[in-house]
Amino acid sequence: MSYFSDIYHAVKTLLTGMSVTGKYFLHSRKGAITQQYPDNRDTLKMFERFRGEVVMPHDENNEHRCTGCQKCELACPNGSIEIIWDRQIDPTTGKKKKMIDQHIYHLGMCTMCSLCIEACPTDAIKWAQNFENSVYDRTYLTRVLNKPGSKLMPGVED
Amino acid sequence: MPEAIASIVEMVLIAVVYLAIFAVAGLYLVLLERRVAAWFQLRLGPNRVGYQGLLQTMADALKLVSKELTVTIKADKFLYNLAPYFVIVTALMALSLFPFSKEFQAFDINIGIFFLTSISSIGVIGILLAGWSSNNKFSLIGAMRSGVQTISYELSVGLSLLTMVVMTGSLQLSQIVEVQKSGWLIVQGHIPAMIAFCIFMIAGTAETNRAPFDLVEAESELGAGFHTEYSGMKFAYFFLAEFINMFIIAAIATTVFFGAYLSPFGITESIPLLGVFWFLAKTLVLVFLMMWFRWTFPRLRIDQLLVLEWKYLLPLNLMNLVLMALMVLLGLTIKF
Amino acid sequence: MGIQINKMDTTITNNFKSEEYFINMGPQHPATHGVLRLLLTIDGEIIKKVEPDLGYIHRSIEKMCERDSYQQIVHLTDRMDYLSSHINNEAVCLTVENALQLEIPDRVKVIRTIIDELTRIASHTLWWGVMGMDVGALTTYFYGFRDREMINDIFEETCGARLTMNYNIPGGLMYDIHPNFVKRTKEFIAHFKTKLPEYDTLLSGNIIFQKRMKGIGILSKEDAISFGASGPVGRGSGYSCDVRKHHPYSAFDKVTFNEVLKTEGDTFARYQVRILEMWESLSIIEQLIDNIPDGEYKVATNAVIKLPEGEYYEKVETARGELGVYIISTGTKNPYRMKFRSPGFSNLSLLNHIAVGGKIGDLVATMATLDLVIPDIDR
Repeated sequence: MSYFSDIYHAVKTLLTGMSVTGKYFLHSRKGAITQQYPDNRDTLKMFERFRGEVVMPHDENNEHRCTGCQKCELACPNGSIEIIWDRQIDPTTGKKKKMIDQHIYHLGMCTMCSLCIEACPTDAIKWAQNFENSVYDRTYLTRVLNKPGSKLMPGVED
Repeated sequence: MPEAIASIVEMVLIAVVYLAIFAVAGLYLVLLERRVAAWFQLRLGPNRVGYQGLLQTMADALKLVSKELTVTIKADKFLYNLAPYFVIVTALMALSLFPFSKEFQAFDINIGIFFLTSISSIGVIGILLAGWSSNNKFSLIGAMRSGVQTISYELSVGLSLLTMVVMTGSLQLSQIVEVQKSGWLIVQGHIPAMIAFCIFMIAGTAETNRAPFDLVEAESELGAGFHTEYSGMKFAYFFLAEFINMFIIAAIATTVFFGAYLSPFGITESIPLLGVFWFLAKTLVLVFLMMWFRWTFPRLRIDQLLVLEWKYLLPLNLMNLVLMALMVLLGLTIKF
Repeated sequence: MGIQINKMDTTITNNFKSEEYFINMGPQHPATHGVLRLLLTIDGEIIKKVEPDLGYIHRSIEKMCERDSYQQIVHLTDRMDYLSSHINNEAVCLTVENALQLEIPDRVKVIRTIIDELTRIASHTLWWGVMGMDVGALTTYFYGFRDREMINDIFEETCGARLTMNYNIPGGLMYDIHPNFVKRTKEFIAHFKTKLPEYDTLLSGNIIFQKRMKGIGILSKEDAISFGASGPVGRGSGYSCDVRKHHPYSAFDKVTFNEVLKTEGDTFARYQVRILEMWESLSIIEQLIDNIPDGEYKVATNAVIKLPEGEYYEKVETARGELGVYIISTGTKNPYRMKFRSPGFSNLSLLNHIAVGGKIGDLVATMATLDLVIPDIDR
């Protein structure tokens, strides 16, 4: 007679399993966890610490805070940052000083590990939250972070 | 024109109409399965192409038709090309028997049920040919598993239908529907009929190689089973045939157990063509039940599947048959 | 390729009978959880021999560590066993901190433990979803991921990334936790406690699933010890190997939890061990989440870390088993040699022993319960 009790037990477990999926089917409108991505771009807001892309913020006078100290270049594990610097005469003190010419950032090689942003002593670079970074030509992934004609914000040196 | 040519022309016309309707219906069944699966899985299905995704399978069909028909080098070309036709032709042939309404039955042969089960047996040859001629070990394993599975479960399908034929006394489908005018067969033969219905649904799901018996095309074990090497239109035949088979099993269950085009309690018998609507509604409920099985249960292993058939379903079926025969003899069926 | 063919010939010609044949569950396969190639010798449906072929995703992480500084090494370990990335980071940080004999504040230890256990739950929900998918129940994948999404949101808000977090640094954490961390974690615990019983109803209680899992792939306790199995694989056979109990690190000596042990050693036992581990992780988080001590979130170290000369070893319990980190340092700023003892490698070596004699379906179920992540094996 355990033949029939086996069959009864088996059918009972199958039906309880079906009740779980059936419950989700009936609540499918509210329970759907899909985000309809390209349609919801207006309301989509990423978290503020999300690691999208490294940018260098400039203020309204086109000034940034990067002194060209190269600490981020040393901290980066795979060489995604290259700093091109030059020694020039500083107008205020008249002495030769290291100044940044270009801060090159290879977005294609960056692993978003955040070590460069932690290493920067002047808070010159930070994370931007955009993640739609695909381009048709690989050369567009090599970005220069400081805008042309920008210079160092005064008072950052100390 | 002479009698013979007129009847041949009539047959060809009916065949073309059926092909057109059911090819499109097969495509929409695919879309229904995708959306129902999505709702079980907490997501939305395809809903971009056309209003609520209604043009999705049109886009898929166009894609499949335009694909290159690849052939592997060492494959047996004649058998490789022949195999999909076995499967799709038998599926479409079986569709001609169903009584969609009192007037809409294309082929009312006096051995109706027997014809249906024998047609579905021919379909398994297509699967075996596909697996063998692809010259691929995975396909061969899948095809062998499928052969064994289909032959075993045909017994259960046949016996459970036979249990109901004991009550109707005839294999002809229109006669079966006539008998159900005094109550659907699942109500007339209460307990044995319900057991027969359960066994028929399980065995029918196994006949069409759907989960939980889909180790033929177990995607996470073998790639794609017997149709790994097919692409383009030939793959479309296999794919479509699976969904049409599912519809056929549900339609057989509707005809034999639930009174094909008869409305419950005879409420709308006077309106002439409403029978089609009742038939489709009942069939779609059963199709939904088969989809629910697919997306809930894990897969059975091949030896467990055979144990299920030979040690559980077959003895139950035989006991049920004897019980039903006793009931009919003693006049214990419920009639309205 | 020539060397490969020779290897196959010498191992198989000895007893390759004419009715056996040889199948490649190749590097691209839906059931092998990554790029693993299995060479199967089968007779009908019975498996006679399984030979794994590794190396498809070898990225020479250990060699790259020899030219990186210690902060840079931490971000490489994220990518080894990517499902328990935080625990991997913590392993390297613990080794460096113990070598430098730094005193880590309690706040850091408690936060590391909480995020460890959240990572463990995330890894086990993904394992559960994929386990269902491998045996054929295709909806479990989505239910597992739905729960994992809540954990990913917690991580994204605090650490900034969902999978490769790089939140630990030698000396503490990169930034302090976000103010919403405690609230979100409590919501997650409340939500997950209603979902875990559903996992049981849907999959564990199902008769088909139980018949596929009970009595399959039996691993005895002696074999588990001799092959070096760790994690849930070892605990399913009765081998008590939880690093959190035997060598506690971070805040694990301050919480009370049970070590889940089962003695049958079949796939169903390993499955149950992981489900019960999820319950234990929930209780650990509940004990700690309200009592995060105040304090600093990191200890200042030099910008250039140099370990004193010597050899250092630390082990932690990832979601897969015991991960060991071994550093040989000659006093410079890069390690001389860095070696990771990965749990998946030892667990994979069991596969030939337990899968022989079963069928192909059993092989898939067994591999799913071993919970292999191939980048962990192939570093």
